[in-house]
Order: sequence, then C-alpha cells, then structure tokens
Amino acid sequence: MTGVWIVLFVLAAATAFGLWFQRNNGRVKDAPSSAVPMSADDDPPADIEPEPLSAEAEALAPVLEGRLGERATMVQFSSAFCQPCRATRRILEEVSVLVPGVSHVEIDAEENLELVRVLDIRRTPTVLFLDRRGVVRKQASGQPRKADVVAALGELLPEEGPDFSI
Amino acid sequence: MSNDQSALPASRRPVDPRGPRFGAAITTVVLVVALVFVETTLGTVLIAWQTLVFALGALVGLQAQPYGVLFRRVVRPRLAPPAELEDPAAPRFAQAVGLVFMAVALIASLAGVAIVALIAVALALAAAFLNAAFNFCLGCEMYVIGARLRRS
Repeated sequence: MTGVWIVLFVLAAATAFGLWFQRNNGRVKDAPSSAVPMSADDDPPADIEPEPLSAEAEALAPVLEGRLGERATMVQFSSAFCQPCRATRRILEEVSVLVPGVSHVEIDAEENLELVRVLDIRRTPTVLFLDRRGVVRKQASGQPRKADVVAALGELLPEEGPDFSI
Repeated sequence: MSNDQSALPASRRPVDPRGPRFGAAITTVVLVVALVFVETTLGTVLIAWQTLVFALGALVGLQAQPYGVLFRRVVRPRLAPPAELEDPAAPRFAQAVGLVFMAVALIASLAGVAIVALIAVALALAAAFLNAAFNFCLGCEMYVIGARLRRS
C-alpha cells in the first residue's frame, strides 16, 4: 500500500508544480536591478554625458558591442539542450522586425558563463530587455508570449511615442 | 534546417517532439506500476526494464529507444506531420537523467534497500509525468545551473 500513497503524493505534487510552472513560465517582470530606473521624464538627451551604468550593463557591454539596438535590445540566453530556446528565438526575431530600432541578440549561456554568473541567469531561455542605454529593465525566464514581449517593449519605450524619427 | 538530414547519423537526426512526450507518458505508467509493486518481483522487473529503456535512449540514441520505436512505427503514421522537428540532444539528455535515477533504483532494489528504490523511482516518476503532462523541459532547467556549478 505504501507505493500507492507515494504515487498519489508524487502525482499531486507534480501537478501542483506543473500548474505553477505554466502560470509563471515566460512572464515578463521588472528586472531586479532596475529598482531605480530613470523615468521617461528624467531621461537625459542623448548629447549629455550618460551617468555610470549598472554592473550588469557594464558586463553586457563588451558582448553586445555594436549589436545594441537604437531604441531597445532583447538579449536571449540559450543553451544547447533547449527546445523552447528555438521557439523564443523565432518570436524575438519576428518582434525585432516588427518594431523599428529594436534588436535581438542571442547568447550561448555555456560559452559565456562569467556573464551568466554576473547576471544570475539560472534558466534557458532567459530574455533581458535593455533600454537604449543598455540598462537591463525587464526580464523573462522561460519562453515568453509574443504579446508580452511587445507589451514589455511598449513600456520600455514610452518617451518616443509613435514618432520613429531620430 | 537543411534538406540533407538523411546524411546525418541516425542519433543526430531531428525528431518529432511528440515522440519523446509519448515516451514520457508510457514511462509514467510503467513507473506508477513499479512504485505500487516496489517490493515484489514485478516491481524489480519493471525497474530493470525502464533502466534498459533509458540506457538505450541515452547511450545508443533515441532511434534505439523502445518507446520511440513504438511511436515511429505505430503512432506517428496515424498523426498529421509535426509542425516542427526537435534537436535530439535535449530528449537524449533527459534520458540520461532518467538513467541515473533508474540505475540507483535498480541497484537499491536488487540490494533490498526498498526506501532508496522508492525515492529514486518517485523522482523519476515526477520528472516523466511533468514532461508528459506539462512539456516541462528538464534539460533547460538543469543545464545552465549544472554548467555554472561545474566551472565555479
């Protein structure tokens, strides 16, 4: 009889975990380090010397050199054994074509372990949403939905409105 | 994906993602029965069988995994073609994780240490069930943490 109880316990616990996982997987959240993001109003004009960036942004800078989007960048961490990473890549590539000035950069987590540690990436796929200065503002772990990605970018770029002129 | 996939060795060819999930469903059933009969001969035989299944999937490749063979021969011909194919690396990694748990369960079971066998089979059951029911990707969750630990 012990076995029957263990089976019931395992299936119940796994179901609870599975439901929780499905609800939270891929949700876009504010990045922990963006506790004091500049509001749209404080955003300095581009010709003023930018204030020092966070440790995260500094660690990311050399990897992203030349690949930072004009308005925002979606940085995706992927690994070899990861099917959702491929689906995520497809979604982010579609969005980067859809929204002008937004680029998509995919980073192999295993080849960039130092960066993975600094940024405390624990799962793949993890997507970081960077503003135009390269500061991490939002992040999603797990495969995000396309609508959530578009909404996150919308929140990141409020100051620019529908006018895409530079 | 290029068109010359047939040129790849069988163990590297992309697979229908529904295959590994179908296999996880069968594994779930086998492990449920194994847990219910854990201290009997039937339980030990089922644990040994599932260990063999994972060993074939992990060490030889998905094309040799019995549930995968069943899927390709019997189930897939009745289904619509898959929307997209999957790299076999991820499901093969999952087979290797399953093999570790089941090998521990088999040794414990043969040695008469029922509690260890129970725990190992219960963990394997949780993973197989999550894979079958929620498409939970164990490889994705474990891989980065594993890589961070290895090199720290």
